[in-house]
Amino acid sequence: MIYLNAFIFCGFICLIGQIILDNTKLTPGHVTTLFVVIGAFLDIFDIYDKIIKWAGAGAMVPITSFGHSLIHGALDKASDFGIYGLFLGMFDLTSTGIVAAIVFAFLLSLFFKPHD
Amino acid sequence: MERKKYQEIVKKYTPKENRIYNGLIAFITGGIVGVIGELLLNFYAYIFHISTKDASSFMIVTLIFISAFCTCLGFFDKLVNFCKAGLIVPITGFAHAMMSAALDYKKEGLVTGIGSNMFKLAGSVIIFGVCSAYFFGIIRILIFGG
Repeated sequence: MIYLNAFIFCGFICLIGQIILDNTKLTPGHVTTLFVVIGAFLDIFDIYDKIIKWAGAGAMVPITSFGHSLIHGALDKASDFGIYGLFLGMFDLTSTGIVAAIVFAFLLSLFFKPHD
Repeated sequence: MERKKYQEIVKKYTPKENRIYNGLIAFITGGIVGVIGELLLNFYAYIFHISTKDASSFMIVTLIFISAFCTCLGFFDKLVNFCKAGLIVPITGFAHAMMSAALDYKKEGLVTGIGSNMFKLAGSVIIFGVCSAYFFGIIRILIFGG
């Protein structure tokens, strides 16, 4: 059942993105940035955690979960250190994604040539 | 007058994009990426005997590697042209943006090319994500107390 939920939620987010791309002059960069901000915003009211419980990986794969993980790690540390904790814990949960993207992009770009 | 005529002709011959078809393709491909993520999640949780929360980082790294590698082999761009938002909105789009920027600027050297241009496309995601997470975090601490 969770596979169906993952399909529906992830597809729904992508559908919204495609509708924005087709009907406005925004570029893909604008759309992904917008989704990250929305993901961070939804975590103010703990909405995104409920979505992850419902859709599983379907909610972790879209870029909205990036914003959610950023604010989630920051708030975890903030419970110990107050507002200063926001500086400490911002990348706690997202570091895997960022580091993996940087390392793979750098190493692979050494071996491959650009395609036209 | 000439310009007006020209624009009319251009308008006539620009291919009309079928928005419903595009939306359907984005929905299906995006959903398939989500299902692949769920499969990987359960696979890693089963293989390494860890909770699904710990397995999520393995899943993200796998997806990033797949999309970076396919970008290097050259056929991910064609897939993105076909699926559009179905592959741009998931984390694969983030890795694709970084990988293609790194490949495009490779000829300018390691430091001035790859090093300074890798975040050219994907940097806005991180900058706006961090700034918005910071301000929303302050709001949440002030309203709910953390």
